[in-house]
Amino acid sequence: MTIPRLLANPWGKPRYLRLFTIGYIVWALVPVLIAIQFSFNAGRSRSTWQGFSLRWYLDDAGSVLRDPSLRLALNQSIRLAVLTMLVATPIGVALAIGLARWRGRGARPAGFLMLIPLVTPEIVMGVALFLVFANLYDFVPFGTWAQFLGHVTFSISFVVIIVRGRLFAIGRDYEEAAMDLGASPWEAMRRVLLPLLAPAIFASFAIVFALSIDDFVISQFLAGGASSVTIPVRLYSGARLAPPPSLNALATILLVATLLAVAIATLILRRYGKREGTGGSTADALTQLEM
Amino acid sequence: MPTNLQGAEIEAVGQRRFVWPAFAMPGLVWLMLLFVVPFYGVIAVSMGSVDPIFLKPQPEWNPLQWDSTAFGEVFGDIFGGTLGVIFVRTIIYVASASLLCVLVGYPVAYFVARRVDKHKTAWLLALLAPFWINYLMRMLAWVNLLSPDGLVNRSLGWLGFAPQDWLGGRPLTVILGLVYGYLPFFILPLYAALDRIDTRVLEAARDLGARPSEAFRRVTLPLSKQGILAGLVLIMLPMFGDYYTPNLLSGSPRTRLIGNQIDQFVNQTSSQGGQGAALTIVLMAVVAVLMVSYLANVQRITEEARR
Repeated sequence: MTIPRLLANPWGKPRYLRLFTIGYIVWALVPVLIAIQFSFNAGRSRSTWQGFSLRWYLDDAGSVLRDPSLRLALNQSIRLAVLTMLVATPIGVALAIGLARWRGRGARPAGFLMLIPLVTPEIVMGVALFLVFANLYDFVPFGTWAQFLGHVTFSISFVVIIVRGRLFAIGRDYEEAAMDLGASPWEAMRRVLLPLLAPAIFASFAIVFALSIDDFVISQFLAGGASSVTIPVRLYSGARLAPPPSLNALATILLVATLLAVAIATLILRRYGKREGTGGSTADALTQLEM
Repeated sequence: MPTNLQGAEIEAVGQRRFVWPAFAMPGLVWLMLLFVVPFYGVIAVSMGSVDPIFLKPQPEWNPLQWDSTAFGEVFGDIFGGTLGVIFVRTIIYVASASLLCVLVGYPVAYFVARRVDKHKTAWLLALLAPFWINYLMRMLAWVNLLSPDGLVNRSLGWLGFAPQDWLGGRPLTVILGLVYGYLPFFILPLYAALDRIDTRVLEAARDLGARPSEAFRRVTLPLSKQGILAGLVLIMLPMFGDYYTPNLLSGSPRTRLIGNQIDQFVNQTSSQGGQGAALTIVLMAVVAVLMVSYLANVQRITEEARR
């Protein structure tokens, strides 16, 4: 049997393909599951199981709760993600609405500018922001403020992509109907468009939170000393130094926070998509552009 | 009175003309100040000089006074220096990792998109999960497994093999690490492309006498080509700038990539900021093809959605 044949026969049972896929999933997930398992290890080892305990989360002097460097990283990540979410989402929503409705001469270049951050390698954005904060905007200190400005910068475009998917699906009919019935453009926006956009806006909050808490490169380039180390930066600096399982515990907390945020976003989008039949394009936009 | 009405009308029209750009303005100003200006800053630093006392790079904002010394040094080093070796190595690593991603990712995406009929959501979730597990955590997981007393070496020990120094600067570890890290990002757009293929097209091919392998080769494969390309662009862009994967999985100069060099120039030796900036621009030029093809793709999807 040739390989295309194995891939192609739509009537035979794709046994080998199924095995191959299961193999891939095991390879992709089992190392992470092992890392999570050892965050609950009763001993100091990350390869010999010595029984279940929460000591690396709560009790030990080096646990996430008690080790200042781990606790700081957790605080910094959450603080940064919340700040970024609260600022990037409104800016992105307004930009999406503006770009979708604006038909003037500047609309095309503006839409193009919005897309470029999505395709810029993170290291390029990291270098650019690092140099500009070092040389031009030197009133912005490295650390939380620089990181916050950087995170908002790469998040805005994602919000635009999520929101405009839904904007295209909604169309302009509802707004125009509202205006025909006597609403001012502002009222039509507030009482018709924004409620219709609500699921995309809430999903954006959650996705921006996940993007920010997950980010490593920008956070590292713009960090300013120990107080602005985030969880991913802490994982990076600690991974090769034979760390205790508390580093795995910190990673597990990050994993839970990210997955919760993404699950919330997915549930919102799916629920509203099903009810109104307009969620498809939003979900499509998400799968096309998540990177 | 009529003049007043006219005035109000003109005002209303004027308002509508400016209201949408006004919505876009905060976001656009933000991107101008924190994306466009910083990018110009990279050029200014690469074309600037080094402060002789503080050894700090001095940006040159005026294009008329640009000085291409840093570029000259970077290019000199690329053609006939260590940077050249690093460039070739980066291209080899990215190319082999991308090839492996296609070889492993295509069957997986194809199976879940076209051949699963029960519990498709569960399969899809399994493919999506690594996507949202932090990249550094996934690398940390492998550092745990591959460390000298990690599970991999222990398993080898039980089987009677000698333990290996997996993390001591092996190109293969770094390449497989890149595959492990970026494969989920390749699978997703490919899955979307394969999932979109209309089953009736395949049935038509079969009805017209195509063998299953022929139907795959002449219908499914061409129809999923866009997905393969989109996935490749998506993983090659970050791979070209990656510095953390080789640092975590090897840390040896033998596996140093362009990203490591930029990281070192900019983050660690401040006097070489100019070279770091110049190398960043060279990297941008290398990946420009990828960026443009990605932008064109998104633009096409947008135009379709707008219609």
